[in-house]
Amino acid sequence: MAAFGSFSLLIALALAGYNLLAGILALRLIATGQQARISPERLADTARRAGIASFVAVTAAAFALVWAVFTNDFSITYIVEHSNRALPGPYKFSALWSGQEGSLLLWAWLLAAYGFVLRLTHKTDVKLYAYAGTILAGIQVFFLLILNIAAPPFALLRGAIPDDGNGLNPLLQYPEMVIHPPMLYLGYVGFSVPFAFALGALMMRYPGEKWIKVTRVWTMVTWLFLTCGIFLGMHWAYAVLGWGGYWGWDPVENASFMPWLTGTAFLHSVMMQEKKGMMKSWNVWLIFSTFLLTLLGTLLTRAGLVSSVHAFAQSSIGTWFVVFMGLVLLVCIFTYVLQRSHLKSEHHLESLVSRESSFLFNNLVLLTACFVILWGTLFPILSEYVVGNKVTMGAPWYNAVAIPIGIFLLFLTGVGPLLPWRATSFKSIRRNFVLPVIAFWATVIVCLAAGVRPWQDGALNQGNFYALVAFSVGAAVMTAILSEFLRGAGVISKQTGRNLFAATWLLTRRNTRRYGGYIIHIGVVIVVVGLAGAAFNRSEERELAVHDKLSIGPYTLDCVGFTQDSNLNYNSEYALLDVYKDGKKQFQMTPEKRVYLASEQPQTMVAIHSVPSWDLYVVYEGTNPDTGQPIIKAFLNPLVGWIWAGLVILVWGTLIALVPSLSPATASVRVPARAAPSEPALKGGHL
Amino acid sequence: MRLPKGSSFWIKSVQASALAVAVCFSLGATDPNSRLNDMSHRLMCTCGCAEILGECNHVGCPNSTGELNELRAAIADGKSDHEINDMFVAKYGAVVLAAPTAHGFDLVAWIAPFAVFGAALLGTVLLVRRWSVGRTLVAAGPDPASLDPAEQARREKIRRETDAGNDGGF
Repeated sequence: MAAFGSFSLLIALALAGYNLLAGILALRLIATGQQARISPERLADTARRAGIASFVAVTAAAFALVWAVFTNDFSITYIVEHSNRALPGPYKFSALWSGQEGSLLLWAWLLAAYGFVLRLTHKTDVKLYAYAGTILAGIQVFFLLILNIAAPPFALLRGAIPDDGNGLNPLLQYPEMVIHPPMLYLGYVGFSVPFAFALGALMMRYPGEKWIKVTRVWTMVTWLFLTCGIFLGMHWAYAVLGWGGYWGWDPVENASFMPWLTGTAFLHSVMMQEKKGMMKSWNVWLIFSTFLLTLLGTLLTRAGLVSSVHAFAQSSIGTWFVVFMGLVLLVCIFTYVLQRSHLKSEHHLESLVSRESSFLFNNLVLLTACFVILWGTLFPILSEYVVGNKVTMGAPWYNAVAIPIGIFLLFLTGVGPLLPWRATSFKSIRRNFVLPVIAFWATVIVCLAAGVRPWQDGALNQGNFYALVAFSVGAAVMTAILSEFLRGAGVISKQTGRNLFAATWLLTRRNTRRYGGYIIHIGVVIVVVGLAGAAFNRSEERELAVHDKLSIGPYTLDCVGFTQDSNLNYNSEYALLDVYKDGKKQFQMTPEKRVYLASEQPQTMVAIHSVPSWDLYVVYEGTNPDTGQPIIKAFLNPLVGWIWAGLVILVWGTLIALVPSLSPATASVRVPARAAPSEPALKGGHL
Repeated sequence: MRLPKGSSFWIKSVQASALAVAVCFSLGATDPNSRLNDMSHRLMCTCGCAEILGECNHVGCPNSTGELNELRAAIADGKSDHEINDMFVAKYGAVVLAAPTAHGFDLVAWIAPFAVFGAALLGTVLLVRRWSVGRTLVAAGPDPASLDPAEQARREKIRRETDAGNDGGF
C-alpha cells in the first residue's frame, strides 16, 4: 500500500504539473491569438481533464494512507508514529491529520476536491474557470512537491517493524477532533478558490463584475467552514484542555482567526464593488491577503516558528512555505501592477454618515484586528531578534488591545445596517437610533442593578467594564437588527394580511443576502454576550475524599466515590460527584482522568453540565502525590452556552444568505376576483 | 449661537452617557483576595505549559505551586505590583510576564496596534472626505443629459440599488 500511495502522489504531481503548464500555454495562446499545432481551447480542456485526474490520484493516495492506518501497516513511519492497534475506528481517521505529512496530504486532497468541483462546473464561464483552474493547479503543484520530496507520508520505517505503534496524541482522541481539523482545513484550503478567481480575473482583465458574484459564493462557503472550524476548535479546547476556557490566544488559534477577519472584511467590502463599482483594488488585495494568511497560518503551525500547545506536527518545511509565500506575493504584485488600470474605479461618497462609510470603517476595524493579532503572534520573534529578549504575549495583552477593537466592531455591526446608502439626515438617524440607544442604557442600568460593577477595590475592573459595555452594545445592536426585521415585516403584514412570523419569513426570502446577513449579525451578538460572560468565571479547587463537599455558586458537589476502568486503549479514573442545588440532588457528574497505554500520556476528560445561564465545569485533576487525595477543580462559567448557540444562528444566517432571493419572475400572487393588484411591493411573495 | 433642531437630543444623550459612566465608576466593593487573583493572571507558569499562572491546572506541576507561594508571600510583604514583577523577572526571565512591560522595546508592543488603528482611522476619514469632495465636483460637472446612454444607465442602476431604504445590506 505504501508503494501504491507514493506512486499515486507522483502521478498526481505529474498531472497537476501538466495542468499548470498546459493551462498557462493555452491561455497564453488564447490571449495572444497565436496559432499552434493543437487548438488552444483543446489544450486548455486537456489541462482541465488533467486537473480532474489529479483529484483521483490524490484521493487514491489519501485512501492508501487511511487503509494503512486501518490495517496497522507499521512498515510506514507515519503509521507507527500516529496510530496503534487499539485506537478506535473514528480516531484512525484522525491519524490522517495528526501528523505533518498526513495533514499536508489532507490539504492537497481538499484542494484537489475543490479544484474538481471547479473544473466540473467550468461551463459557467469557460475562460475564467480555465484561469482559476490553472492557478489552483499551481498551488496543487506546490503541495504535491512537498508531499513527494520534503514530507512523504509513505516513507518506510528503517529497521525492524514494530508490533504496535506509538498511538495517537491523546489530545486528539476526542469526538470533535474527527471533524474540527477537516472543517478548519476546508476553510483554509477553500480560500485558494476565491484567490484563484480574483487573480485569474485580474490576469484576463475580466469584463464586468460577474467574477465577483462567483467569488462571493465561494468565499461565503469557505468562510462558513472556517467559522465552524474555529468554533469547533474552541469547543474542543474547552472540553479537553481542562483549564476552563476556550480561547487562549495561542499562535495557532490566531493563525486561523486572521484569514477569517480578512475574509469577513472582503464579504463586506465586496458589496461596495457590486453596488457602486468602488474599492476594486482593495477587494482584490483582501482576497490575496486572505490566501497569504492561510499559508502563514500553516507556516506557523508546521514550521515551529512560534511555540504553541496546538502545533501537533512541527518540522522544517518552513522554508518551502516562505519561498512559496514569496512567490505568490510576487505574482500578485506583478499582476496587479501590470493590470491595475483595469481596477480603476470612481470613488464617490455623498456623506460621511452613510452605509458606504460604515463599510469602510468596518474594513478598517477588521483589518486593524487582523494586524493586532499578527503583531501579537510575531512580536516575541521580533523582540528576540531586536533586543535578544523573548517576551510572552499572553491573554492580558490581547484582552487589553483586541477587546476594545472587538467592541467597536460590534458597535458598527449595529450601526451599519441602520444607515442608508448614499446619505442620511439627522431626522433619519434620530428615528433609527432612538430604540437602540434606549436599549443600551436600559441594559447598563439592569447590569449595574444585577451587580456588574466596573469599579472595584478603588480600581477599574477591566473584565467587568468590558462585559458591561459588551452587554449594552449587544443589546443596542440586537434592538437595531430586530427593529429592521419588524419594520419590513410590518409593511408586508399590512400589505398581505399575513401574521408577523409569516411576514418576517417572506421578508427574509425576498432578500436573503440582506436578512441572512442580519441573522449572522444576531449570531455574532449572541456569541459576544457569551464571550463577555467570561468576566464572571469562578473556580474552586479542593482535595476531595469520599463524602467531602465542594460548593460553587448555587451548586454543592458531594464526592460519592472514585472508580477505575480500563480498555485496550487507556486506563481511566473517574470521580463520582452528586450535584445538589437548594438541598436537592440534581444530577451526577463523572470527570475523568485517562492514561493512554501506547503513548503513556495522561489526558483530562472534563464533565460539563450546561444550562443557558452557565456551565458547571468539573475537572478531575488526578491525585496529589503528597497526600494521595484526589483533586477536583470546579468552574462556574456564565453564558458559555450562548457562544455555541450563536454559532448555530450564524451558520443558519450564512445558509440563508447563500440561497438566492425570491425573484419577481417566480412570484405567484393570489388576487381576489375582479380586484386589481394594488401593491406592486408583493413581488416575490407567495400567498 | 442657536443650535440645530436635532442637536438638543444629542447633547442630552451625551450628558446622560457622561452621568451614567460616572455612576458606573462610583459603584463597587472591595475584595481582599482579588490582588492575588489579579497578579496570578498577569504571570505565566514557567513549567513550559504556556498557561497563565492562575489557570495552570497540572497536578504535580513542578513550578506553579512554588510560584503561587512566592506571589502570596510577596503580597503579604506589602510589595507593590511593580516590585513583584521585577522579582519574578529577575528569577524566571521576562517570559514569566503574561504581557510585555511598558518600558523599552516592549513599549512598541503596546503602541503599535493603537498607532496603526489611529493612522488607519485618520486615513479612512481623509479618504471619505476626498471621495465626498470628488462627488461634489462631479455633481457640478457634466449635465446628466449630456452623458452617453450606457453611462446614464449605469448611474441609474447605482441610484436604484443604493436608494435609501431599499435592499442594501448583504
